[in-house]
Amino acid sequence: MSRFQSAFAQSRPALVCFITAGDGDTAANLDALVEAGADVIELGMPFTDPMADGPAIQSANLRSLGAGTTTADVLRYATDFRARHPQVPLVLMGYANPMVRRGPEWFADAAAAAGIDGVICVDIPPEEDDALGPALRAKGIAPIRLATPTTDAARLPQVLAGSEGFLYYVSVAGITGKQQAVQASIEGAVARLKQSTDLPIAVGFGVRTPEQAAAIAKVADGVVVGSALVEICGEYGAAAPAKLKELTAALAQAVHSARQEQVA
Amino acid sequence: MNTHLNSFRTQPDDRGHFGQFGGRYVAETLMPLVLDLEREYRKAQADPAFQAEFDDLLEHYVGRPSPLYFAPRITEELGGAQVWFKRDELNHTGAHKINNCIGQILLAMRMGKTRIIAETGAGQHGVATATVCARFGLPCVIYMGAEDVARQSPNVFRMKLLGAEVIPVTSGGATLKDAMNEGLRDWVANVHDTFYIIGTAAGPHPYPEMVRNFQSVIGKEARAQMLSRTGRLPDLLVACIGGGSNALGLFHPFLDDPSVKMLGVEAAGHGLDGDQHAASLLGGSPGVLHGNRTYLLQDEDGQITEGHSISAGLDYPGIGPEHAWLKESGRVDYTAVTDDEALEGFQLLCRTEGIIPALEPSHAIAAVAKVAPTMPKDSIVLMNLCGRGDKDIFTVAEKLGVEL
Repeated sequence: MSRFQSAFAQSRPALVCFITAGDGDTAANLDALVEAGADVIELGMPFTDPMADGPAIQSANLRSLGAGTTTADVLRYATDFRARHPQVPLVLMGYANPMVRRGPEWFADAAAAAGIDGVICVDIPPEEDDALGPALRAKGIAPIRLATPTTDAARLPQVLAGSEGFLYYVSVAGITGKQQAVQASIEGAVARLKQSTDLPIAVGFGVRTPEQAAAIAKVADGVVVGSALVEICGEYGAAAPAKLKELTAALAQAVHSARQEQVA
Repeated sequence: MNTHLNSFRTQPDDRGHFGQFGGRYVAETLMPLVLDLEREYRKAQADPAFQAEFDDLLEHYVGRPSPLYFAPRITEELGGAQVWFKRDELNHTGAHKINNCIGQILLAMRMGKTRIIAETGAGQHGVATATVCARFGLPCVIYMGAEDVARQSPNVFRMKLLGAEVIPVTSGGATLKDAMNEGLRDWVANVHDTFYIIGTAAGPHPYPEMVRNFQSVIGKEARAQMLSRTGRLPDLLVACIGGGSNALGLFHPFLDDPSVKMLGVEAAGHGLDGDQHAASLLGGSPGVLHGNRTYLLQDEDGQITEGHSISAGLDYPGIGPEHAWLKESGRVDYTAVTDDEALEGFQLLCRTEGIIPALEPSHAIAAVAKVAPTMPKDSIVLMNLCGRGDKDIFTVAEKLGVEL
């Protein structure tokens, strides 16, 4: 059973946490997320031009690059994480250019060696899958695709074909960390997606509080939180792990117990 | 099977690829829009009424056809090939940018979009976009790097006079590429009502093809004008390249004329041996940015580096994907000229022909000044004079040490 299957096969929804690699003490920040109950980790690969991200993650990218973070550093954070946490699924998330710079095979080899389970590449849609997808699949790494409010029924099969790991539902048409989707629209979207795929569905974009996370966890298999955690890294720097732990614990509690409350 | 390339004018393929370049590297949220844009553009292409309205506006609003001008004194001074200019600096708003903006705003209205956004570097595309928005009464938001807002205040004021909202972009390096990032962020959040008028032949498919086609009016006119005036085709075409839309506009209608050579001129800034240039083809390598695979200025990890040029219009770390393909196919030659050479080209044209060029085509003039003397006197060089220089007089004065 893959790490994704283990993380999502539980009877409870999963909490997926995103931080940007190289923004503060990455190892300590990642450990804080796992210790506080994160089920899946998304590690952001910094890029100079994060055009799908809002101000919080843009700033994190710039802080990381400003601190001199390289692709080799990102892979080292992943390798070390895998050694410390053998069971926690680890996803690299970022943009095409840093991933394909040395060729897709190089990247897939390096990611596999670092113990990466999946890759989310924001700007490689199914139409350009050749740029990275085949190389990842050949190494057993899941290409994780995004579905959005603009992905209509006619297009969805194309998005699902070749998707592995889980499906990331971007709940708002927009950039990360800005608006929050209306709960009813999320419920409708997840129900529609569930009719078309057996992949676990994680919902993200604009999720900041335990209350929001709990509401989404009632219908989705996973809840993704990014900008709210990244803002903590930016605000607290070296002191971020304790604060990350606090928020992640509250989110994990809310997500993990969301369906119990529903039953009760 | 004959795999020889029979035509250079059939690119891109149906996925928007020019060989290994181009494509649609955008977030999933934008992908359905990009596909919709392509469908609507194909319908517009097939609609004679669309083409008729485009042609009518180019004639009566933009002032086309632009003249084809034989430049006798610069020809005499260089002592080689005859030098001819396609006078696109005489267009309304003073550059070739307006040709594309007319085409895209007609398409936007056809698609029922009610809000226009654009990015701009030096401000020429911003001014052209604000102009067509005023002409058709659509609200207009222009993203411009905060650095560029400070350097190009006359164009900022022009855009505001034309009714546009100019939003200074402070993220990243606060220049053109960051303005384009912000344009894409706006678009992804306002997909239902907003049309993004991209200013050069780059971005996700169909933009590179669409912008090239709207700008091809330059080359179509020039080809017919040259044949009518001289009874022959030119021997060499020359144009400057930032994103590359004016060069493609001139080159594309000539690509299948084997006797016509072509030279694209990038900005070498302080020189190609350092990192202070904007020559993506000659000093960069292939990568993915802003929706397409093309040559980029980047480091070994794929982080984008900032370009430099005396000309803010050439100061972009990428280039249209069709140029990347034309370079690899060998059909077009590419060279680069430095800030100092461009400044000399600028002064040469002022002095010999009484035309103040923009700093962008001043790069092409510098290349003409190098190559024309090596060619026979009965040969013809045709250069696209794609913009006028009023906007640049402050920069030039500063470089020449003149206080205004």
